Amino acid sequence: MKAGFGHVLDAITRVRGVHGAMLVAGEDGLVVAESLMEDIRGHAVAALAASLYQRFRRATQAAGVRRPEFLHLQAAGGSLLVVPALEGVLVVAVAAGDINVGLARLEMIRAAEAMG
Amino acid sequence: MSEALAAMRAELERDGESLTFLPLAEALRLRGDLDGAARVALAGLAHHPNLADAHDVFARILADAGDLQRAADEWGIALALDPRHGGAHKGLGFLAYRRGELDRALDHLELALSADPSDRSVVQALLVVRGAHEAAAEEAATSSAPWEREAAAVETAPVPPPAARTAATVFAGLEGGEHGMLLLDPRGRTLAGGLRSAAGANVADEVAAYLAGVSQEAERTSRLLELGDWRWIAAEAEDGTLHLSRPVPEALLLLARDRSVPAGRMGILAVRASDIARRWLEAQVV
Repeated sequence: MKAGFGHVLDAITRVRGVHGAMLVAGEDGLVVAESLMEDIRGHAVAALAASLYQRFRRATQAAGVRRPEFLHLQAAGGSLLVVPALEGVLVVAVAAGDINVGLARLEMIRAAEAMG
Repeated sequence: MSEALAAMRAELERDGESLTFLPLAEALRLRGDLDGAARVALAGLAHHPNLADAHDVFARILADAGDLQRAADEWGIALALDPRHGGAHKGLGFLAYRRGELDRALDHLELALSADPSDRSVVQALLVVRGAHEAAAEEAATSSAPWEREAAAVETAPVPPPAARTAATVFAGLEGGEHGMLLLDPRGRTLAGGLRSAAGANVADEVAAYLAGVSQEAERTSRLLELGDWRWIAAEAEDGTLHLSRPVPEALLLLARDRSVPAGRMGILAVRASDIARRWLEAQVV
């Protein structure tokens, strides 16, 4: 993990079922900091998470809705969660299927606020 | 006794105020030791009377023991302490279903799902209760007085068969079906339904275009993370939610709602709309 943001991500990865968390630059999908399990390809996931978030940000804008505060991709075996922070940074978490989404979301929002 | 139970007991002996009583009581309940579970839960409640989770676990023990009234009381206390407590809503939904109060059961289960959209037991319970609800409505339509049949028909039979619907009316009869449900292909071209902004502007094509490629990206993400097939994506904003799902591999379904609609309700609407979309797409091929 890159120094400086570790404490921000620790609270997220402490939530039961969270396999990892990252801070990602929203515009280019580059990893700012990460705390992931070893077998997760962070850079690829970061790029895809950022792209998905940007697509939905533009879609919500086109629909006359404000930017998404929470993006949740649900798959058969787990979830990808995204919360925007300040200055275009995204807080991204990878989680198991039986995670308490509300709790993870709360910790991600706290992390986003802590960065401000 | 398993090592895990022994470890939890040891932890409680070390620290009587430890929250370990929650998993220990639940583990004992699951093993069928209801007396032991109740003792642990009550001891925990003595230390943590304002903890919603503690009332929730005690309620589950009471329900297993058949004391449904006290279980309802405990879940009621849990909700008073935490109005969004998913376990309490799930429990009260179960009790309402047992009493035949299907509307109330649906309300509680939808709130439980909105508290934790990933809880599969709630999704399963919702499917069961919704099935019972629809069966009850059908029975009312065939066996009741004419004016009652008419009322039931309004509730349960709002839509023409899929083949008779046009691209513009495919979701007619569903909540928000005329301007908040859009069927699109993976390249971002609209296929059916409609989407209007809060100001009334037709935004279907523009929104669909921005969602071009989302399906492939979601697929790649899920594959990279070894999560299996992706099911849906929800984007929640301060003033609205977009919910995207994939009724068939070659089409996406987008629902747009304001934030007054809970996430669980969105999921249920998406299931209903997906079913209609699938049948409509099949009818177009035929």
